[in-house]
Amino acid sequence: MNPTFQPRVKYQKELKRDLVAEIRATPGGEKVLSCLQCGTCGGACPMSPYMDETPRQLIGMVREGFKQEAIESFSIWLCASCYECTVRCPAGIHVTDVMYALKRIAIREGIYPKRFPVPVLAKEFMDMVKGTGRTNEFWLVIKLLLKTAPLKMLTSWPLGLRLWMRGRLRLTSSGKPAGAELRQMLESVGERN
Amino acid sequence: MAYTYFPGCSMHGFARHCQDSVYAVFSALGLELRELEGWNCCGATTYISIDENQALTLAARNLALAERAGLELVAPCNACFMVLKKTQDYLARYGELRDKILPALSKVGLHYEGKVAIRHPLEILMRDVGVKALKEKVKRPLTGWKIAPYYGCLLTRPYPLEGGFTLDGFDAFIPALGATLVDFELKDRCCGGSLTGTIEEVGERLVYIILEQAKRAHADALVTVCPLCQLNLEAHQSKIIRRYGEDVRVPVPYFTQLIGLALGIPEKLLGMKRLLVPIPRELSEGVRVTQAA
Repeated sequence: MNPTFQPRVKYQKELKRDLVAEIRATPGGEKVLSCLQCGTCGGACPMSPYMDETPRQLIGMVREGFKQEAIESFSIWLCASCYECTVRCPAGIHVTDVMYALKRIAIREGIYPKRFPVPVLAKEFMDMVKGTGRTNEFWLVIKLLLKTAPLKMLTSWPLGLRLWMRGRLRLTSSGKPAGAELRQMLESVGERN
Repeated sequence: MAYTYFPGCSMHGFARHCQDSVYAVFSALGLELRELEGWNCCGATTYISIDENQALTLAARNLALAERAGLELVAPCNACFMVLKKTQDYLARYGELRDKILPALSKVGLHYEGKVAIRHPLEILMRDVGVKALKEKVKRPLTGWKIAPYYGCLLTRPYPLEGGFTLDGFDAFIPALGATLVDFELKDRCCGGSLTGTIEEVGERLVYIILEQAKRAHADALVTVCPLCQLNLEAHQSKIIRRYGEDVRVPVPYFTQLIGLALGIPEKLLGMKRLLVPIPRELSEGVRVTQAA
């Protein structure tokens, strides 16, 4: 079968300049235009072997206005925030913060496959913190599995049981630290509620 | 000396053995921990994927509470440690964040000036107690144990250790306990974090890389300083052994569990039985024999 080549040329009116503006307004992303495209970030990244676009390519896409391609990239979800790229970037770009910003935009615009675990986990995590002020890993995992792959419960329970037998599963929150106070604070700073 | 203690959610959940051993070791060294009253989740590396201002507000509330308590703040989870440091740094550097977050704090009667010192317990042992003093307190040296140190990402990234310390320097706590230090070059490589629960194949691959290296270096134990690394590196071993067809089983104790053993603290107080991959009997019995001699 012959390969199909798709030139990725975009004309000015197709480019989304608002993306680079948003990234530059993010703490840590101000210097994104100073990127040397040296690839140190991808070289340092323990995830880059599993990525479709490396962090260097993503930054290139951000700068050039390839918004859709950047936020549709699987790479942004692979970032485990280990900060290898951030400490090594010779241009002082906090690449981890750029990756967080891309995740936020993708989540805000709903650009991810249904039941995809990374954004589901983030939302469940947020809801739990807003509810009790703390997270409970046991319920977080249960909720994540229910919303992404309920059948995985069939294979995950042995680990749960081993943790339970060693007294390492807590079923209730460890305290209600001013839940209402916290919500009041969060509402007043929220970019999005 | 007393410190304010920020447990974080893990220490109250699946990492209670880590917490027990932190308390036991601090108390044996004459250091007091007072749990921060009313603390909340630091936001970890997750909340920020949805809302950055809210994520930093979560951490800022803890910093304000700690500042009011007046002591240095100890966070035994690398993620909490880094997130609190990052929040302090960003609030100092970005006026627009201060303008949003400080009013939210004052709305609930809290005030934050950016003064609180954020510490990791390992860093307290190395800087405040010191290797020499630690060595003097060892009652049951871990003779014959080969230990590989694993510190994870967030203890030194993005913020380097203070006081000119390096991770290679931190390794000194292992020989101080009477054990043999295994040279371990992946000591600050990522364990995959929450990816082991979301994009499992990749998360487990990262865990495998670390375990395989520890095994190849003939480590009897891979010592961790973060409850998330600790869980990640031990909880997925059986699955990885099946998937990769390779024996990468290695005990992954939390560092204060090993220090506690060497200080002669009873195993029960250190939560040794709560480890999913137990320390082999011949090693822990070796410790007892030395004590009897």
